[in-house]
Amino acid sequence: MKILTFFSLFSTFLSANSINVEENAGQFFSSGHTNNWAVLVCTSRFWFNYRHVANTLSVYRSVKRLGIPDSHIVLMLADDMACNHRNPKPATVFSHKNMELNVYGDDVEVDYRGYEVTVENFLRVLTGRLPPSTPRSKRLLSDDRSNILIYLTGHGGNGFLKFQDSEEISNVELADAFEQMWQKRRYNELLFIIDTCQGASMYERFYSPNLMALASSQVGEDSLSHQPDLAIGVHLMDRYTFYLLEFLEDIHPASKANMKDLFKVCPKSQCVSTPGHRTDLFLRDPGSALITDFFGSVRKVEITMETINLTDLIKEAEQKDNVQQMLEMVTNEMNILKLWFDSNKLSLNLNKTKFMIFGNHTTNIDVKIVIDNKTIERVYESKFLGVVLDHKLCWKPHIKYLCMKMARSIGILSKTR
Amino acid sequence: MAITMPLSSIIHKQPQKQRDKWPSNDFQEELVIRPLHSGDIYASFQFRTLWETDFMRGNKVSHYRLFPKSLGQVISKFSVRELHISFTQGYWRTMQWGQPFLPSPPGAELWVWFQDSVTDVDGTWKELTNVLSGIFCASLNFIDSTNTVQPSASFKPLGIGNVTDHSFLRYATLPREIVCTENLTPWKKLLPCGSKAGLAVLLKSEKLFHSSFHSQAVHIRPVCQDWQCKTTSWELRQTLNVVFDLHTPGQGKREWSLFKMFSRTLTEACPLASSSKIYIDITDNPQGEQFEVSPATPLLSQAMVLGDRRTFSVYDLTQQITFGTVRSLNLLIRWKSSEDMLRPLLHGERYVAGYGLQTGEIHTLMYNNHPYRSFPVLLLDSVPWYLRLYIHTLTVASKGKDNKPSYIHYQPSKDRVRPHLLEMLVQLPPNSVTEVTVQFERALLKWTEYTPDPNHGFYVGSSVISSLVPSIVAMDTNSTREQPLFSSFFPCKEESSYFVRVYTEPLLVNLPTPDFSMPYNVICLTCTVVAVGYGSLYNLLTRSFQIDEPSPGLAKRIANIIRKMRGVPPL
Repeated sequence: MKILTFFSLFSTFLSANSINVEENAGQFFSSGHTNNWAVLVCTSRFWFNYRHVANTLSVYRSVKRLGIPDSHIVLMLADDMACNHRNPKPATVFSHKNMELNVYGDDVEVDYRGYEVTVENFLRVLTGRLPPSTPRSKRLLSDDRSNILIYLTGHGGNGFLKFQDSEEISNVELADAFEQMWQKRRYNELLFIIDTCQGASMYERFYSPNLMALASSQVGEDSLSHQPDLAIGVHLMDRYTFYLLEFLEDIHPASKANMKDLFKVCPKSQCVSTPGHRTDLFLRDPGSALITDFFGSVRKVEITMETINLTDLIKEAEQKDNVQQMLEMVTNEMNILKLWFDSNKLSLNLNKTKFMIFGNHTTNIDVKIVIDNKTIERVYESKFLGVVLDHKLCWKPHIKYLCMKMARSIGILSKTR
Repeated sequence: MAITMPLSSIIHKQPQKQRDKWPSNDFQEELVIRPLHSGDIYASFQFRTLWETDFMRGNKVSHYRLFPKSLGQVISKFSVRELHISFTQGYWRTMQWGQPFLPSPPGAELWVWFQDSVTDVDGTWKELTNVLSGIFCASLNFIDSTNTVQPSASFKPLGIGNVTDHSFLRYATLPREIVCTENLTPWKKLLPCGSKAGLAVLLKSEKLFHSSFHSQAVHIRPVCQDWQCKTTSWELRQTLNVVFDLHTPGQGKREWSLFKMFSRTLTEACPLASSSKIYIDITDNPQGEQFEVSPATPLLSQAMVLGDRRTFSVYDLTQQITFGTVRSLNLLIRWKSSEDMLRPLLHGERYVAGYGLQTGEIHTLMYNNHPYRSFPVLLLDSVPWYLRLYIHTLTVASKGKDNKPSYIHYQPSKDRVRPHLLEMLVQLPPNSVTEVTVQFERALLKWTEYTPDPNHGFYVGSSVISSLVPSIVAMDTNSTREQPLFSSFFPCKEESSYFVRVYTEPLLVNLPTPDFSMPYNVICLTCTVVAVGYGSLYNLLTRSFQIDEPSPGLAKRIANIIRKMRGVPPL
């Protein structure tokens, strides 16, 4: 008797779990990002710019710790500090004084180093226009479901960032590179962090959607370094990245901290400069974007002993959410289009905009598309490029229209009799 | 009782303990520790994977076990017959440390023999360097036609094959290349056990790079499996040579242990290895009067290496007894007295002479320290195009007299296309110094061709001196006999001599560097001059003068206001 009740309880528990798991499996087919990439660039050469290499390596370390593998990280270091002959402790790069934390580590993989870190190579990595013989580890192989983290550090000024003391990248070039990435569908969402003097000038010119940017200082302000180490003889880290590293050390892969916490890192009292951020191009609410969406590579993994029939699940999801999903996508795309129109000083006449859903009888659900708080009218047939399209694609209205035209012409002919 | 032997390696003496067929997939690891007379210690790791497979002739190999897949795919895709790549930090001091087991020049060196089925060797070479730069995280993509040469006599194949067509050989060095943990990490990942078990556990970057010399290399070549050479297999050797400095750890006491060198001890051999051994060179210490090694081991082995018969204490890690009761092995070598070492027979040096930024002279010195034997050496020099060599000023002199080389191969450089290639076969008289000098002129580069730090200087790769040096003892020509890895790297075709390759120092040469801030200065100055000059001229021509009444005093102003109100003209 007891065994029976135990069994029944167990089976109900299992079935409850299986329902839960099926729900979770259903969530796999909803949109969002599926993979994470990181492009971390240090642009400064020479021993006294040790802190820029330490900055980049500390972000590399955090990103690796939170799950992004080396194959998805493009690390560019313009000079070698660890095995530099002036380094009193070779094969180490420290971020805290008294040599507390070695951010170089034991299994670092640098993809672009030394003279390879140039503006041209950086832009080629972003846009994907690399020579065919470039190895995989040097490419950014992102797709339209990738969340990318881009971190730049070095010496900069109002509207530019210096690469290796011999060339610069301007904010316009950077904005255009991101636009190319958007048009080629190379990212889902992009987080851009820059730690340099007057860093906010670098994100002023962005105009592509789904970009969020953070900088260590405003225009007209300098970013300052944190603390020197007397044994090594140079400043070890910049302030903004130092406090960013401390913040990231508390994040673990299951952490629910969101972007709003990231904006609070390093207030003016600690940083001396005022960090800035830009979220107007980001379509989601920054509070709903988790830190691990960009810094980590969190996979939605559920371990289950149940067998789930995926074809039923897909059909169900399609039938239930198909039209709604599509409408959401259309609304998103239309919003993006509106943004583009606005930024290019064009206007979209929402009165003349109509929408039509092609499909069979199941699409006769009451649906709405709203752009800029204005409901778009739904039509069931519309004339486009001389052809009357109807929502069932059966051409009846087009034939009727043609008959009308012919009847008019024939009618005139009949008058000549 | 010298028996003259024919030069072929196929015919040999008594086959002792030979194995007819090695297993198809075999991995061996070994570590050789040689205490040096200066107090430093030389550790050489070798990891060898043998695989009986055929990468060529359209075979698609898909099941990899011990052989790393990334290198196997490189071999089959680019039709490589032999590949030798090394990354070195530091310069090997032959006079203080003797000869290394595996020589390598500072920076990165890559030389490859392609199969004769390759139609476009230069294109394949370029793609191969790009792929290797991704595998080893190094800037090998900077290897292009301006630093690649085709040596005509040096760098003969080290594996099987009697190809004489040197159009399939490419050699390039990058003397500026830095070696750090990011090169060691992918190198360690190529090992079957990774860095988790076996001897690779000792490879910790913080200790390895805090040394006087560090060199890691990968050598791939086809070898014979049996003495008749009916089947061939591919051999992959990964080697790591490191010389630890006596004074760097700070103690200065002449005592070395595994823990002091590598900050780790050994606990087990790699489970995938068929043999895992540590050899300690005790030739100079037959009765234990110079240094003592603990824990003691009964196993001894002798090997003919570098022209000398050396005795080694062997620690076999596949035996559990080696680790003792504490389950870990920490070898300790403690010195009692020291002795002078034998001078190495062949040694090379190179330096730049001259002053100013216009001309200079390259001097290469080759030392033959054998008391009565002379031997020929092959000198390979590859000089970048921006040092324009004047070959008519080339002189080779030994003991003050002119020494004419019996073979010279010179390929002149082409600006921005090819470097200079000079290969010479010189006979070195016994106990002498031979000096090769050549004058050069420095070229002016275009301003875009300068590196971001041009005042550092430009590097010229090391010269390579290859030679068959007469040996004191008879060398073993049986290549299929089971030998320790360190003595079987260079194939031995004769008994009376052994192959030695010596690299000289790389040169650092300053080129005339422009002042890169001048365009900005010139623009500022010119614009200022034009503005001041044009502005003044314009004002002179177009300015007109008008007489302006000075403003009247207060009383007069009030009077004017009253008069205006009255309608009377002002004062």
